[in-house]
Amino acid sequence: MATQPTPRVRVPAQVKPGEIFEIKTLISHEMESGQRKDSAGKIVPRKIINKFVAEFNGKTVFEAEWNPAISANPYQSFFYKAAESGEFTFTWKDDDGSNYVSKNKLTVAA
Amino acid sequence: MVWNSIETTRREALGLASILGFAALLAPRMSFADEQTVAAEIKKLYGDKKLESGKIKLDVPEIAENGLVVPVNVEVESPMTDADYVKAVHVFADGNPLPGIVSYKFTPACGKAAASTRMRLAQTQNIICIAEMSNGNLHMAKANVKVTIGGCGG
Repeated sequence: MATQPTPRVRVPAQVKPGEIFEIKTLISHEMESGQRKDSAGKIVPRKIINKFVAEFNGKTVFEAEWNPAISANPYQSFFYKAAESGEFTFTWKDDDGSNYVSKNKLTVAA
Repeated sequence: MVWNSIETTRREALGLASILGFAALLAPRMSFADEQTVAAEIKKLYGDKKLESGKIKLDVPEIAENGLVVPVNVEVESPMTDADYVKAVHVFADGNPLPGIVSYKFTPACGKAAASTRMRLAQTQNIICIAEMSNGNLHMAKANVKVTIGGCGG
């Protein structure tokens, strides 16, 4: 495939304890659905990111299982309630077995 | 006139033609999901458990000009504490080649059971959303999206 998928994540740099904030993620990926046909009439094989996992300090906090109906360059947003400072690990799992990872620090301060 | 020779009125003939034409349009190049397949998917997950209404705010556009990118935003009312939270949310569509769109797993650490993404819709159809609470209760919401240009071709 053309380019290596690049994840983009927006996490606020600093939040107050107990604050609920939104995390927005985007990754460049074709999300080939396996439903399309090429000009020769052959089905283009499916290749999507089938799972997105968000972990905080090693603990899973949110998961999304994507089906081929998710648009290309998939966007996913969700919420997180700040408790302590630490690091997020976001992982996108591709059909072909590759993982795309982004790590983002979070500082919790009053 | 030719039409008089066979015993069919012009109106009937046109009616028949349009039915045939419509059937030809429906005759799938690919097969689509329908309400039954979505119901079957839900049954696979949760059996015959009762689906309550309410609690879910399913936010989708009424009309989507481009079926390739349709925002879908789900929010489920819940305190999101360890004792009472939303475990999972599943989103289905009844007019796509495959019924599933996305499945979320939430934890109390989320603070709020809300998530949004973007989906492909092949045609005008219903979006069905199921939320599973930590006490096992199920909630359902449904919304119709009119799609002007389908996001499933090529």
